Amino acid sequence: MSVHDEPAAPRGVAMPELLIGLGMLAAAGAVLWQTMAIPVSPLYSKVGPTVFPYITTCGMLVLAVLLIKAAVQGGWQPDEEKETPTDWRSMGFTVAGLVANLVLIDPLGFTFASTVMFVLICYGFGSRRPLRDGLTGLVLALAAYFGFAKALGVNIGAGVVENGANGALATVASWFGA
Amino acid sequence: MDTFAQLAHGFVIAFSPVNLLWCLLGTTLGTAIGVLPGLGPALTIALLLPITYQVAPEASFILFAGIYYGAMYGGSTTSILLNTPGESATIVTALEGNRMARSGRGGAALATSAIGSFVAGTIGTLGVAFLAPVVVKFALSFGPAEYFSLMVLAFITVSAVLGSSAVRGLASLFIGFVVGMVGVDLQTGQPRFTFGLTQLLDGVDVIIVAVGLFAVGETLYVASRRYAGKDEIVPLKGSLYMTAQEWARSWKAWIRGAFIGFPIGAMPAGGAEIPTFLSYAIEKKLSKHKDEFGTTGAIEGVAGPEAANNASAAGVLVPMLTLGLPTSATAAIMLSAFQSYGINPGPLLFTTQGDLVWGLIASLFIANVILVILNLPLIGLWVKLLKIPAPQLYAGILVFATVGTYGISQSPIDLVVLYLLGAIGFLMRRFDFPTAPVIIGMILGPLAEAQFRRAMTIANGDWTVFFTRPLSLTLLALAFIGLLGPHIWGYVERRRLKGQEAIPGDA
Repeated sequence: MSVHDEPAAPRGVAMPELLIGLGMLAAAGAVLWQTMAIPVSPLYSKVGPTVFPYITTCGMLVLAVLLIKAAVQGGWQPDEEKETPTDWRSMGFTVAGLVANLVLIDPLGFTFASTVMFVLICYGFGSRRPLRDGLTGLVLALAAYFGFAKALGVNIGAGVVENGANGALATVASWFGA
Repeated sequence: MDTFAQLAHGFVIAFSPVNLLWCLLGTTLGTAIGVLPGLGPALTIALLLPITYQVAPEASFILFAGIYYGAMYGGSTTSILLNTPGESATIVTALEGNRMARSGRGGAALATSAIGSFVAGTIGTLGVAFLAPVVVKFALSFGPAEYFSLMVLAFITVSAVLGSSAVRGLASLFIGFVVGMVGVDLQTGQPRFTFGLTQLLDGVDVIIVAVGLFAVGETLYVASRRYAGKDEIVPLKGSLYMTAQEWARSWKAWIRGAFIGFPIGAMPAGGAEIPTFLSYAIEKKLSKHKDEFGTTGAIEGVAGPEAANNASAAGVLVPMLTLGLPTSATAAIMLSAFQSYGINPGPLLFTTQGDLVWGLIASLFIANVILVILNLPLIGLWVKLLKIPAPQLYAGILVFATVGTYGISQSPIDLVVLYLLGAIGFLMRRFDFPTAPVIIGMILGPLAEAQFRRAMTIANGDWTVFFTRPLSLTLLALAFIGLLGPHIWGYVERRRLKGQEAIPGDA
């Protein structure tokens, strides 16, 4: 199965694949650097904590060379994948959603950050009703917060929306004399 | 007879009301995530890993096993009605199943796949119950050298032999090794691969890796390909009851599929692709209705591969429970759940955690019964789930991904690591690198390293220990053949063909 996947006829150097091969080479370099930084006690000199990392480094170097070789010989992407253009706009909104989540989660809390992310990703995927998506996202985030996170005993902190919701719940509870 | 007694005891545990509820929850959730494209059992179980701090091991493994089996049932529904295989194991189901749905026999396709999954799942689970004790007896004689060589064999088969490219599969595996080594070395206490960051001393959580690769990476990939083609749901037509002729054509395919799937799944190679494709090829060859293959859809082509898929899913549990050897991403994440309880899967598991193992196996039989009910009479419910539009589905997946990741330590650093892994996952998906070997390498790599060092310490640092013990040598030889055999074979073939062409030239 793994024999004839590389094209026989040379098609020139494939840039994206070459970059991936070089990335693998850089990763192997980083692994080597970190391996050499591991202090080794002479007590464990035979099979210390560096033996496996060195084996991994060698493996990664060989694989990086093989990937670069495949890239120079024309790459390995199927034509179908190569001919489909990347939807940068859609990806851009998705990435924006992820970044917004990262930036907002600490100051404003999970629910608010997730709702913003939800709206941006929906927009990126082609939804054109941000208000409805915002409400859906809010309900889903609250469900995730009160259902999933609480049930699993996961602590994801509390922000603006969570405190509001908790406060509202406490008020409702107090009406019933709880 | 011992097996029967223990299995009976297992049923007592699995039939407790609480465990039945966990099983029902797991199977329902599993079917749902199997039906939904973009969500798989590996991601779901990873997101639910924190539950291991809350409930007894029996409960969480019954839940996880329900999800694992349920996703197989749900995945076939999506393949048949949407022609978008949710998982690689259901690619073959989509071939004939979607054609059957298009020619108005979707009901029969769903029925044969659900009942076939039940038959094969039950045969496969019986296989686990009876094969596992045999493997345990055999495995008790394994030393660290044998374990290490066995893991090497598993590494080669899951990354290099299966999949489209040995180089890319191994590259994924080695990335997994590096991720697995981050943190404090357990034997010497030295920090490794932490880049001087204290946050990395505890290692990288498997939840972050699984969520990054499977949720963030997948979402980015789908976003980048958004206008590449829209799938249409084939409306469910035709009765869910199969005709006598359809039964007659299905049952032999189920049995054959089960007996192809289980042994392949149980080998330390795993993977559901090979048994499903093999079953498809056999059914096509044996069928009396060859004209239906690839045209209106042949029921054997759904029944056989679906059965093979479920039986191999059951088979994967044999090396996982008896040797601690996961051969799929889902099994690797289940192994990390064992570790979170401080339990080491392996031959001793059956004696030290008898209740857990036999309760789990018994619950698999119950799960199969629940699943065939969930997936036949209640199929309409799952078809509705398919109508969730893609924007809200993927945005929702990322909301849950955030809960799972941010919940580990409320640290935005975890989200940064998650997004970096998501970017890597996107590139891997885009450039055809398999993602499962990353998870397997990350979980199994440190275990292989421990066995390696143990074997070397026992042998006083003598490398030959792996080659002088016969079983260890055999396993390494098999791994070597798996890695280089196809290349040597291809080289010989090319030489032979060239030789033939040269003869007319000589004359």
